[in-house]
Amino acid sequence: MKTLTLSAFALALTLPSLPALGSDMPQDDTRRKDALTLWGVQFEELEYRYSDDDEELGVWNGDAFYGTDELKFRWLTKGEYAIEEQAYEKLENQLLLQTPVSDFFDAKAGVRFDTPEGPDRTYGVLGLTGLAPHWFEVDASLYVSDEGDTSAEFDAEYELLFTNHLILSAALDATVAFSEDREIGVGKGLVSTEAGLRLSYDLIDRSFSPYLGVVHERKYGDTADFAEAEGGGTEDWFAVIGARVSF
Amino acid sequence: MKKALMAGALGFLMPAMAAAGEYNITVDRVMIDTGDFVKEGIGYNGASPGPVLRFKEGETVTINVTNNLDEPTSIHWHGLILPFEQDGVPGISFDGIPAGETFTYEFPIVQSGTYWFHSHSGFQEPNGAYGAIVIEPEGREPFRYDREYVVQLTDKHPHDANRVMRNLKMMPDYYNRQQQTVGDFFADISKHGFMTTLQDRLAWGDMRMMKADVEDVQGFTGLINGKGPEQNWTGLFEPGERIRLRFINSSAMAYFDIRIPGLEMTVVQADGNNVQPVTVDEFRIGVAETYDVIVRPKTAEAYTIFAESMGRSGYARATLAPEKGMEGPVPGLREAPLLTMADMSGMHGMDHGDTTGADASAGMDHSDMNQGEMAPDGMKDDAVMAADASDSMTGMDHSGMDHGTMIMSEGGASDPFYAEGSGLVPVAANGGKFLSYADLRAQKPLYEEREPTREIELRLTGNMERYTWSINGVKYEDAEPLKLQYGERVRFKFVNETMMTHPMHLHGMWSILDVGAGEWNPVKHVISVQPGTTVYMETEVDAPGQWAFHCHLSYHAASGMFRKVVVEGGPDQGNTARAEVAKDGGDA
Repeated sequence: MKTLTLSAFALALTLPSLPALGSDMPQDDTRRKDALTLWGVQFEELEYRYSDDDEELGVWNGDAFYGTDELKFRWLTKGEYAIEEQAYEKLENQLLLQTPVSDFFDAKAGVRFDTPEGPDRTYGVLGLTGLAPHWFEVDASLYVSDEGDTSAEFDAEYELLFTNHLILSAALDATVAFSEDREIGVGKGLVSTEAGLRLSYDLIDRSFSPYLGVVHERKYGDTADFAEAEGGGTEDWFAVIGARVSF
Repeated sequence: MKKALMAGALGFLMPAMAAAGEYNITVDRVMIDTGDFVKEGIGYNGASPGPVLRFKEGETVTINVTNNLDEPTSIHWHGLILPFEQDGVPGISFDGIPAGETFTYEFPIVQSGTYWFHSHSGFQEPNGAYGAIVIEPEGREPFRYDREYVVQLTDKHPHDANRVMRNLKMMPDYYNRQQQTVGDFFADISKHGFMTTLQDRLAWGDMRMMKADVEDVQGFTGLINGKGPEQNWTGLFEPGERIRLRFINSSAMAYFDIRIPGLEMTVVQADGNNVQPVTVDEFRIGVAETYDVIVRPKTAEAYTIFAESMGRSGYARATLAPEKGMEGPVPGLREAPLLTMADMSGMHGMDHGDTTGADASAGMDHSDMNQGEMAPDGMKDDAVMAADASDSMTGMDHSGMDHGTMIMSEGGASDPFYAEGSGLVPVAANGGKFLSYADLRAQKPLYEEREPTREIELRLTGNMERYTWSINGVKYEDAEPLKLQYGERVRFKFVNETMMTHPMHLHGMWSILDVGAGEWNPVKHVISVQPGTTVYMETEVDAPGQWAFHCHLSYHAASGMFRKVVVEGGPDQGNTARAEVAKDGGDA
């Protein structure tokens, strides 16, 4: 018995380059050795809007993802549905791949499909999304449409904690066009802004947080002129009621 | 050493004399009732926690584990020194136990003390798959006691562990309900002035770090031996008896600060190894650690075992009483601690501007502050006491301290195992003695002291915003195994570059924690590394094979703070566990 041990020991010494315990060592092929693959669904906005000139809208802004730390597939969806007209004023879907480029930022690339009432557009998307210093969640995207028009969108959000459950969030979204796309009513320059303040309460964990808020939408420059020419408004105030949902 | 060899030889000569205990364990789906909620989980022999396994040093145990789940499982014998094939880590020690099958573990028991066992598959452990191990020594214990209880803690969460992981990945602050609010901002202004407060918030905001990131996962119910605070597990005693309490922290994520108001606790064992007794009023138990304490209640009253989580977001409670049904007063939770810049000082590449933690904390010398003197005498009520202790801190003259723009959290006592000025330094609720790692001394050296053959630096790294955790910046999925040579004595240097505390657990071999006591350094299986600190441990590489090495916070391990350790060379494992008895017996 002892000699056997000794000779095995000697063998191990003479063959140091081999894994000393032979090839029967388990290889870690468990799930622990795989990158964590996760999914999630979030609706930052899921709300009913009532404007100062009695317009009623159903609005959502959400996303779903699937993937790992290194690569995520993300579907972003945004829409505004005019309840009385029974028409989508805005219907935007983006399919994106997202990968980290710094500690706090991801780069994203993909396509965007706009299919509201009226002419459709398809865009190529390049963007950055992440957490800026001082806890601003920011998202910047560059779009090139199938018509060859380029535009950019910038989003920022900040949360103020009145308590650990009662949260005021401020959001600002601005769009700039580098060229005119008359057919969809976009003029060159600053196109539009949307600013919102929402006071939410985390009712069920962070998965269901009803809120009340106000939203201000404004169109600028040529875009505003185009809207007016078509009999639309250039500025709207909305009272909103809705919920943030995530699961 | 000689004696050990003899014992080993004896083992060879008289194998029939070795006692052999046989145990059967089933792995089952169970319901876990915490008193706050009922949750389906995983347990052993139909319950969570599982049974207390009682082994005897010197015996060889045979444990048949039958997997009644519809997924693979495993049992890891936490802290036990055994052949690596018996260690129970799927993919590293063995292939795991498939659904419906029985796996037989067989290994010699070469140590004594308090340990535990748990699943090493997926998130089965946070879902309830854990139990206690008590090993009776061959010889006599170096301390006396009349009765003993296992006090096994956990942090049972109403969410299934997979969901917790997903939520943390989606929103790292999903469970953090202790974040600073607008109200705290104004409170700080009235306390510290507008500019200081603003600069403090800007400094933290600039780093995108939260002072409140002490506990990732809040919202749990603390259990003791499977009982929630309302269910009040009770251990009986007769006044005057010495009671040995075997504390085991089986939590997924929660560190607990444990005290028994009205009783002093004499710590006699840490992580299964005897230590020179040290009497304390309170101690902090890291995830996966065990501490054995002896208490001696002299009067026939009920004493509350109160275990507050480190972040004060939850607690576990049990009672020691002469009769069932008696209850002692249950203290309130103390104020939640906040991290300070000192806890961030381990982060490299961060521009702290003029609020560098190191500078600011260097100006503070708390080392000669006596916490006992700071708490008013004659106070008995813990809740009032805690408030008073912090008031007396705020009442202190801070004018000589150069805080820069920092707002220090109250407390701020000194402990060599915390960054100087750390917000996490524990302070005993009654103003008395709080156990520090620095107090731990081995009862008997387990190994001859010798120079380490080399040093391995392990930086504990991570990104809270992405909820990724890693070692030396590399997650387990991308990491090569750590290679050690049999016969080495390796010195590990842990540098915690994150803002969280990490209980690092090396399987199969002892971790000799460097407290500066040479051969009297305590021998552990979990080394807790505080934010902003560097901690050393040494390991006698005396166990060939493949081993796991990881942070014992379940969601940190799962998101990358994990390594495989390969010990190359050494006697061939194929030559049965008998050889192991001789070798390990020699060390133990």
